[in-house]
Amino acid sequence: MFSILRSLWITFLHMFHKRVTIEYPEEKAPLPPRWRGRIVLTRDPDDMERCVGCYLCAAACPVDCISLQATEDENGRRYPEFFRINFSRCIFCGYCEDACPTYAIQLIPDFEMGEYNRQNLVYEKEDLLIAGQGKYHGYNYYREAGVDVGVKGKGEGINEDKPVDVRKLMP
Amino acid sequence: MEILFYIAGVLAILSTVMVIAVRNAVHALLYLIVSLLSISVIFFILGAPFIAALEVIVYAGAIMVLFVFVIMMLYVDSSNSNEKNIFIKPKTWIGPSIIALILMAEMLYMLLGEGYHPMPHQIISPAAVGKLMFTKYALVVDLAGFLLTAGIVGAYHLGQKERKILHRYLTDKNENL
Amino acid sequence: MNETLKLSLIAIAILLVLVTIAAGLIWVERRMLAAWQDRYGPNRVGTFGILQVAADMIKIFFKEDWIPPFADKSVFILAPAIVMTTILLSFSIIPFAPGILVADLNIGLLFFFAMSSLGAYSVVLGGWASNNKYSLLGAVRGSAQMISYEIFMGLSLMGVVIMAGSFNLTDIVLAQKNVWFFIPQFLGFVIFFIAGIAETHRLPFDIPEAESELIAGYHTEYSGMKFGMFFIGEYLGITLISALITTLFFGGWLGFGFLPPVVWFLIKMFAFILFFVLLRASLPRPRYDQLMSLGWKILLPLSFLNLLVTGALVLYFQ
Repeated sequence: MFSILRSLWITFLHMFHKRVTIEYPEEKAPLPPRWRGRIVLTRDPDDMERCVGCYLCAAACPVDCISLQATEDENGRRYPEFFRINFSRCIFCGYCEDACPTYAIQLIPDFEMGEYNRQNLVYEKEDLLIAGQGKYHGYNYYREAGVDVGVKGKGEGINEDKPVDVRKLMP
Repeated sequence: MEILFYIAGVLAILSTVMVIAVRNAVHALLYLIVSLLSISVIFFILGAPFIAALEVIVYAGAIMVLFVFVIMMLYVDSSNSNEKNIFIKPKTWIGPSIIALILMAEMLYMLLGEGYHPMPHQIISPAAVGKLMFTKYALVVDLAGFLLTAGIVGAYHLGQKERKILHRYLTDKNENL
Repeated sequence: MNETLKLSLIAIAILLVLVTIAAGLIWVERRMLAAWQDRYGPNRVGTFGILQVAADMIKIFFKEDWIPPFADKSVFILAPAIVMTTILLSFSIIPFAPGILVADLNIGLLFFFAMSSLGAYSVVLGGWASNNKYSLLGAVRGSAQMISYEIFMGLSLMGVVIMAGSFNLTDIVLAQKNVWFFIPQFLGFVIFFIAGIAETHRLPFDIPEAESELIAGYHTEYSGMKFGMFFIGEYLGITLISALITTLFFGGWLGFGFLPPVVWFLIKMFAFILFFVLLRASLPRPRYDQLMSLGWKILLPLSFLNLLVTGALVLYFQ
């Protein structure tokens, strides 16, 4: 009996408490920087695409919402010919980001991507590619990799020695 | 006022006929409720508002709900009963109707013989009913109370299950083994 | 003729005000529940979201009014009409202010009991006609609950009737000139309040509906305006019980100071409506057998005791 009255009183007092609701369109909830939201493709510091078209993200995706086709430019640099994410299937698990060896594919704190037409949720490469470097600044895959695709000569990369001339026996 | 009385009377008769005629048990009960309601209107017009209210509260409100309740729980599909054609044969309905006709003739004779009664226009207050119940009819009220108490005790006794305290593995089935 | 016209105008005005209040209560309840749960509630449509009521009404009117093919059609249609009719008829006996009432019956209180006992049919028939297991369970629970609690409801008010010496609600209000009846009849007030919650099957006694067990009980199959009638019927029921409590225990239109009597009545009534919402916000639902044993083992003896003591005291001081 007493506990009933007590709970009534406590509930009544809640009228004067601060409300926990965040009134969304005017006021936005703070999203942490590692929040898994919309997927983007980033560029390296030289403003070139980071993606090398390795298909690891498509393989990691549990709902198979990523599809891409790799191709090469005249220098032999790999890039995706098309890159398509179907956000109506995407579950924002972030496995693609984990799988990506070049930090190209990243999830960013943005979720406001509602559409009236379901077809509009299929994002092409132009929609995905952003101008910046995303969460990992200063990383440039082709500056660290061994191959020469016109970014740097062989052996000029970071942590890389000059190539050995195999016709000379002396080091 | 008199026209209201006749409307209510005709409604009561019609709905009571429908109680018998309708095949669906729940619909029949609904007609019975309508009949009780129109009887309550008749009481009201005759100057007994207290009885009219009690009619609705007790009969239509409580007892008929229990009827509906039971019919609902024991509902049998009306389509599978073979007895529905029984009422079409004259053999089944001719006897009761003759008796009913005789009764109606008697009633009409008594009503018409005594001449026209104007409707009473004095309203009986609840207090008057209460006074009568606890003075003149006190014995009858007591007897009705005894009857109801006996009914409750009997229902409780019949509804009581013998409670056995057994181990949870020793159910009744295992006892026979 | 002039008198008849005046009476029918009053009746129509009361009807309109009541239906508006009942519809507005949807919004009031949602806002107040939200306030007691640290939320905002509907606040988008119009100022403070008050037009939410209009939006809800439009939605409910234009929804498909579906009758399941397995339902008993006529009874299915009849059930929601009963709840509205009985509750609206019950309002006809309530004196909102001197002169503002529809029917000054000298058996007013009994008329209310008659109507509320007929109201049980809407639950029973609605649940049965839906031809659905959950609805039937809801109907069975509802009918048992309503029949049981009607008894205590009636008995708890007998103390008031003894003290006022009349079933007429106007007389009962006038008998409270000196002291409001909730002081001498506090037990009766508490029992009537609990029975009133059970009678309108509001939370915490919403066992016939019990979303978490019976997915809405007797009105699972209803949609559109038929559901709307059950919905509005529930709010009308709250309003009715609050108005009755005001009339019977809190002096009806009697008040002090400069406010007109109708305003006093409405203030008291809204206080009780808000208390109903507070109950919903704070109390959990009891089990079904707990509800029944509370009724038959505690409230029934208490209301008998109240009746006996009141009668004895009235006789002693006469």
